[in-house]
Amino acid sequence: MTDIVYFSSTSGNTHRFVEKLGRAAARIPLYARDEPLRVSEPYVLVVPTYGGGETKGAVPKQVIRFLNDEHNRSLIRGVIGAGNTNFGTAFCVAGDIIAAKCKVPHMYRFEVLGTPDDVRIVHDGLEEFWKQQP
Amino acid sequence: MIDKLKLVSHVDAINWNKIEDEKDVEVWNRLVNNFWLPEKIPLSNDVQSWNTLTPVEQQLTMRVFTGLTLLDTIQGTVGAVSLIPDAITPHEEAVYTNIAFMESVHAKSYSSIFSTLCSTKEIDEAFRWSTENVNLQKKASIVMDYYQGDDPLKRKVASTLLESFLFYSGFYLPMYWSSRAKLTNTADLIRLIIRDEAVHGYYIGYKYQKGLEAATQERRDEMKDYTFNLVYELYENEVQYTQDLYDEVGLTEDVKKFLHYNANKALMNLGYEAMFPKTVTDVNPAILSALSPNADENHDFFSGSGSSYVIGKAVNTEDADWDF
Repeated sequence: MTDIVYFSSTSGNTHRFVEKLGRAAARIPLYARDEPLRVSEPYVLVVPTYGGGETKGAVPKQVIRFLNDEHNRSLIRGVIGAGNTNFGTAFCVAGDIIAAKCKVPHMYRFEVLGTPDDVRIVHDGLEEFWKQQP
Repeated sequence: MIDKLKLVSHVDAINWNKIEDEKDVEVWNRLVNNFWLPEKIPLSNDVQSWNTLTPVEQQLTMRVFTGLTLLDTIQGTVGAVSLIPDAITPHEEAVYTNIAFMESVHAKSYSSIFSTLCSTKEIDEAFRWSTENVNLQKKASIVMDYYQGDDPLKRKVASTLLESFLFYSGFYLPMYWSSRAKLTNTADLIRLIIRDEAVHGYYIGYKYQKGLEAATQERRDEMKDYTFNLVYELYENEVQYTQDLYDEVGLTEDVKKFLHYNANKALMNLGYEAMFPKTVTDVNPAILSALSPNADENHDFFSGSGSSYVIGKAVNTEDADWDF
């Protein structure tokens, strides 16, 4: 069962965080020429915000494209944001935007690759969360 | 001995319509969108607030800012420029020129703060302190040594650590003042600098990791050892520098947490695991919230009872790409 969908740019920071969770995960493709991702089960979305000062352009286009698909959107259960407090007001703002638009909780935020503590909290948290889902 | 000037040996006309690494374009655009100048910040609104600081607090603030000026000067004049000859793509070279220029803007902006708030005599005094403080000079010379060395990956490590770690003993103070509603316009300016440095550290760290991909396992091990050793060396010096500055106002321990927190992020920018455990990175929430207004909101859905948890507030989303 794939219960995580994530976006990670070529920097691979978010990819590494997701890998450490050790859960089945699907990556949103990087390029428009790639086959779009379509999910079949409920998922939590992990999405990074890098370097913006504004909310415009904070959500990666690839993620917007993925969520514009109504079927994909209907299965989202939560968002986890990645970022860096040093980006100021833009800290994890992509997660805020998606949570508000999709009306799901912005469950957690971590910085850069996530610390071992972040990995543990999210790993255990998701375990618990999926148990409670119908 | 005359060193041979190290420059890129061959240049082709840069074609921005043929991109090898999308990250170059993404970061270029980010940096251009984030562009700012100190003249846009109404620093003179801080004059009254400045006068409420004690002489010791004023002196501390000026010393902190001359220290930051030195780092920005190094990064603008030597650090970012030293990365150009090792760039893998022409667009990476262009990004470094942008970074170098912006560091010079940062360095200049401290002078804008000084000329707004202080007398010439005080300014001269603070600059004199910066050339005489042993720990500040040591920090500068450690980094300068690597910039002048012949290992491109080591240069990137030193540069990332400067951008993402070495500034933070200084950045702490304007965030502290801001959390007490002091020097708030100055803090607005510093936040712009922090944002730029965060993008720089992210990008140079990314390019470091790209460079490592092509390296042998032996070389990767060597670089990891080197990086952690350099972090320790810089950290020890940074603690002493922090004591020089902050002991008098009793903030040293609080600043150290901020150092640990940012050292972890610097390491992560380089692709390594965080080194300092959670117990020593618990930065004062007032400082975090001065850094990022939403940083201290409860976003731990997993450990909360649920009652304290808030679903993301409405955020303005103007991207035309959304279909819903």
